[in-house]
Amino acid sequence: MKVKKKTIGLVIYFGLLLMPIYWMLNMSLRTNASILGSFVLFPTDATFTNYIKILTDSSWYSGYINSIIYVSINTIISLVTALPAAYAFSRYRFLGDKHMFFWLLTNRMAPAAVFALPFFQLYSSVGLMDTHIAVALAHCLFNVPLAVWILEGFMSGIPKEIDETAFIDGYSFPRFFITIFIPLIRAGVGVTAFFCFMFSWVELLIARTLTVTNAKPIAAIMTRTISATGLDYGLLAAAGMLTIVPGMLVIWFTRNHMAKGFALGRV
Amino acid sequence: MTLTLEWMEWTLPTAIFFSTIFLILVAMTIWQTVAPSIERRGFLPIPTTPGDRLFIGLLGSAYLFLAWLALTDFTLWIMLGIAVVWMIVVMRWG
Amino acid sequence: MEKWENNKAWFLVLPVFIIVAFSSILPIMTVVNYSIQDIWGPGQSIFVGTEWYEEMLADHRLHDALWRQFLFSGLVLLIEMPLGILLALAMPKRGWGVSASLVTMSLPLLIPWNTIGTIWIIFTRPDIGLFGAAVNQLVEFDHTARPLDAWITLMLMEVWHWTPLVTLLAYAGLRAIPEAYYQAAKIDGASTWSTFWYIQLPKMRGVLTIAFLLRFMDSFLIYAEPFVLTGGGPGNSTTFLSIYLVKIALLQFDLGPGGAFSLIYFVIVLLFSYMFYQALQRVGKGEKV
Repeated sequence: MKVKKKTIGLVIYFGLLLMPIYWMLNMSLRTNASILGSFVLFPTDATFTNYIKILTDSSWYSGYINSIIYVSINTIISLVTALPAAYAFSRYRFLGDKHMFFWLLTNRMAPAAVFALPFFQLYSSVGLMDTHIAVALAHCLFNVPLAVWILEGFMSGIPKEIDETAFIDGYSFPRFFITIFIPLIRAGVGVTAFFCFMFSWVELLIARTLTVTNAKPIAAIMTRTISATGLDYGLLAAAGMLTIVPGMLVIWFTRNHMAKGFALGRV
Repeated sequence: MTLTLEWMEWTLPTAIFFSTIFLILVAMTIWQTVAPSIERRGFLPIPTTPGDRLFIGLLGSAYLFLAWLALTDFTLWIMLGIAVVWMIVVMRWG
Repeated sequence: MEKWENNKAWFLVLPVFIIVAFSSILPIMTVVNYSIQDIWGPGQSIFVGTEWYEEMLADHRLHDALWRQFLFSGLVLLIEMPLGILLALAMPKRGWGVSASLVTMSLPLLIPWNTIGTIWIIFTRPDIGLFGAAVNQLVEFDHTARPLDAWITLMLMEVWHWTPLVTLLAYAGLRAIPEAYYQAAKIDGASTWSTFWYIQLPKMRGVLTIAFLLRFMDSFLIYAEPFVLTGGGPGNSTTFLSIYLVKIALLQFDLGPGGAFSLIYFVIVLLFSYMFYQALQRVGKGEKV
């Protein structure tokens, strides 16, 4: 009987959790006139107009493309630089290692609002304003430390004897690292890529500050729409639904690894 | 694409400030290489290395400066003296 | 695991160091420079000493934002920690339910922050929102007009968004407890409550510390969700530190006061980061998470 009560509670919570998302889905399938005209729990006049508009109007869909470009660049930079560093932290003691690790961590914790203004000046001065690479580099501020942190956790789980054996067998460090070590922690690499992707994807303030038109992310386009008069709720809801899709896809593919990532408490 | 430093709006006091911190870090690194130190326990609630104590000292000084600015109208030079004493106390007995 | 002693490991860390230093040290230095000058154009500035600091430290809107921020983070922890633990205890331990619960639970964590705000605008508007309309049947409720309603909406959104993180961490902690502990408790005839209090809670201490600190830090930096949902209003009632800072630094483009504010904010965050790091070190040394 007790078990049942728990499960009922959990199911109710999941219901509450899904309700706001369902409501947005509901709105996204209706036209603005229909939304403002009548209040219904299920869309009776479901239409894909909003989605079609977003996917055909370049001022909308270019936002998704821009976001995906800088997020991908950022994920690659983060992974490539963080992999060797995480190996160093998990295997070696060296001068200032702990302080270095702490300093990296503070950047994960630092308020983006503090960095937005100097970033704007920095990237203006080097002529990188409104480019994808600027946003990708700026997001490294919190994603590289995050990547080091998560990867270090996974690498510490691999016994050092593996490294020693490989070196005795005459493997050079780069060859060992790429052909033996990285395949061993590929789950960790997957989880890390996932979190880098997500955190760059969800960030709004820096991305908005560093872009004007050419690299404007979808998040900034959505907030612009909110402040505009004559708000089109159906369109906004559809745009919102589409921003959830990448997360949903990735979560499904990494559901088993994710639990482990969370278990390490390194999010 | 050239990296100019004009946008950073450097001033002499801030240049001195950051140079001092940089020199302290270099000195600490050399000291650590010449005479490696180990963690110990002082009056601070956690075991610390000299590097930890430097950080705690600097962060503490920052708070002291802010408190001084918020609560008093006296010159900052007095505060600088207090901060130096505080740094020495933390480094020596922390 | 005993680590090798080798300072050449620095070469492996160097790329990370360079890229993060570029994005972190240069901006912080710049902010320090701004904070002691009055700047009205490139190269046009005068030295003003600590004037901006004194101005910001005496700014009652900053004080209000700071207390509001602490109140917000406090409430967040007060609600999310117990709720998260409770949910973790209710999650299934085996079978197909595990995957399903995990995926459902993580869903809000993976939604872009501004979309979270958008979802809740749509959900709580009195005219078109399910929640807004339902509540308005009972009492008048409008988060755009009344500060208390704005706070309730923000808290609901925050709890909805981030409780799953606490749950996932607590769940991971629970899963790490060996079955033998439960069997021993059963033999002793321990009640559910004493099993929780004497076995589960102490064993979860590590992950719960992490959850506590992560939730504190992230709620302390919150920007996008309240910005989208309330824009800091009505009035200034939901203007948190980040929102106020962005207003000064990026909208009014006041470099000096913005710099001073940034550093005050940064020093506060630095203290909490250090506490977080120390807690992590202890967790790492003591019982494995």
